[in-house]
Amino acid sequence: MQSLDVQKRSATTTASPQVRVAEEPVAKLIDISKCIGCKACQVACMQWNDLRDEITSHPGYNNPVDLSDQSWTVMRFAEVEGKDGRLEWLIRKDGCMHCEDPGCLKACPAPGAIVKYANGIVDFVSENCIGCGYCIAGCPFNVPRISKKDNKAYKCSLCSDRIAVGQSPACVKACPTGSLMFGAKDEMVARGAKRVNDLKERGLAQAALYDPPGVGGTHVMYVLPRGDRPDLYGLPVDPKISPWVSLWKGITKPLLAIGLGLAVLGAFFHYVTRGPKEEEPGGKS
Amino acid sequence: MSSHVAVRSGDVPRYNANERVTHWIVAITFLLLAASGLAFFHPAFWFLTSLLGGGVWARILHPFIGMVMFVFFALMAMRYWKDNVIQSYDREWNKRLSDVINNRDHNLPEIDKYNIGQKQLFWTMIVTMVLLLVSGVMLWRPYFADAFAIPLIRIAAVVHAAASFVLIVGIVVHIYSAIFWVRGSMRAMTRGTVTHAWARHHHPLWYRRVTGGSK
Repeated sequence: MQSLDVQKRSATTTASPQVRVAEEPVAKLIDISKCIGCKACQVACMQWNDLRDEITSHPGYNNPVDLSDQSWTVMRFAEVEGKDGRLEWLIRKDGCMHCEDPGCLKACPAPGAIVKYANGIVDFVSENCIGCGYCIAGCPFNVPRISKKDNKAYKCSLCSDRIAVGQSPACVKACPTGSLMFGAKDEMVARGAKRVNDLKERGLAQAALYDPPGVGGTHVMYVLPRGDRPDLYGLPVDPKISPWVSLWKGITKPLLAIGLGLAVLGAFFHYVTRGPKEEEPGGKS
Repeated sequence: MSSHVAVRSGDVPRYNANERVTHWIVAITFLLLAASGLAFFHPAFWFLTSLLGGGVWARILHPFIGMVMFVFFALMAMRYWKDNVIQSYDREWNKRLSDVINNRDHNLPEIDKYNIGQKQLFWTMIVTMVLLLVSGVMLWRPYFADAFAIPLIRIAAVVHAAASFVLIVGIVVHIYSAIFWVRGSMRAMTRGTVTHAWARHHHPLWYRRVTGGSK
């Protein structure tokens, strides 16, 4: 199935097929204040995507403890001491944030292994993946994972296959509390803002919408009750593509490529203008 | 100079068979590494991955080939470092770089086995090879990269790209000088010998050293 709505394509210097212009940017909104940590989203994700992670046991609620090639979303549980020494149990559904300016795509050297669709979804086209792991270095959220079985990188696809046919992501469909919502990005931003206001009125003065501008906004957003401290949930406070990655994949690329070309041309023109060194047949003494 | 080199009468031995094999292992591995490395660096060079059998094979093979290059380069470095210590006459030679570039060789002071350009390339290669080894191991998947923090891997990627650039430009100059610019040099690395005239002209101190002082 070919895509006619590719906005960006990794390691590609020409325009991607993007004839479909009427597509609306989409977003998933995760309202943490409604989440009960039931992990239905985790189960729906593994069911729809046919993933089965290794069964392990952990002392605590985090299970699996981390994202993996087989776990594209995991619930992260954190116990923190809140105001007045009260316990706050913070639960966050972790997974790909689908950045508007994706660091993984910027870092990827394999043409077409990472694409960003017009609707904002960042997808790994794993058959083009070479397993170099540059996406891991590029990602500001530490999301991509490389499979030990096939050495390809994997992450949440935002169920791009379901969305392509007008369905909502599997996790959203499974959520029993309405904590997960999916729709047009504008609508989700409006809904998130409204919910933040509600929470503020109910005494959660720090509530905020997490849609970090450092990566151009994200197509997965959070309503955070403790919006003043995204780090409490394990989220970066001001995520952006690392300056090292920008250096590596930005100005360095054309600069060094031109530098190499000039070195070769310089040698050629030196030969043409100055010619070779030839010793005098008699030898100098 | 080693006496076991087969010398056609009238030629001066410069590199024995062992040295030549080592050099060419480094040269061939370098070309494969530059091709696959450039392919990962810029999409304009992506087609070069076909040399190693496609993108995935290039990713798999690149670091192993790199280890081979490093080991054989280390052998060369141990053999040649003494010949590459920069001397006062090298600095003098370096001051007349415009004479060198314009082929006015009669103005140049007498030098030993290597000129300062070769010596600078030698030390540049030592530095870049070590940087490439260290940063390369940090980027090496699936074996080692997981052991390093992601911020370190980002720095390693920049270091690897920058060091490769310096090395490749250096080798462009090296290849140009050896094959095209300085006539009669290439045979030193293919057949192992140079002519008396070549040795006397380009490396007079070395020439007198290996021929026992005869002019």
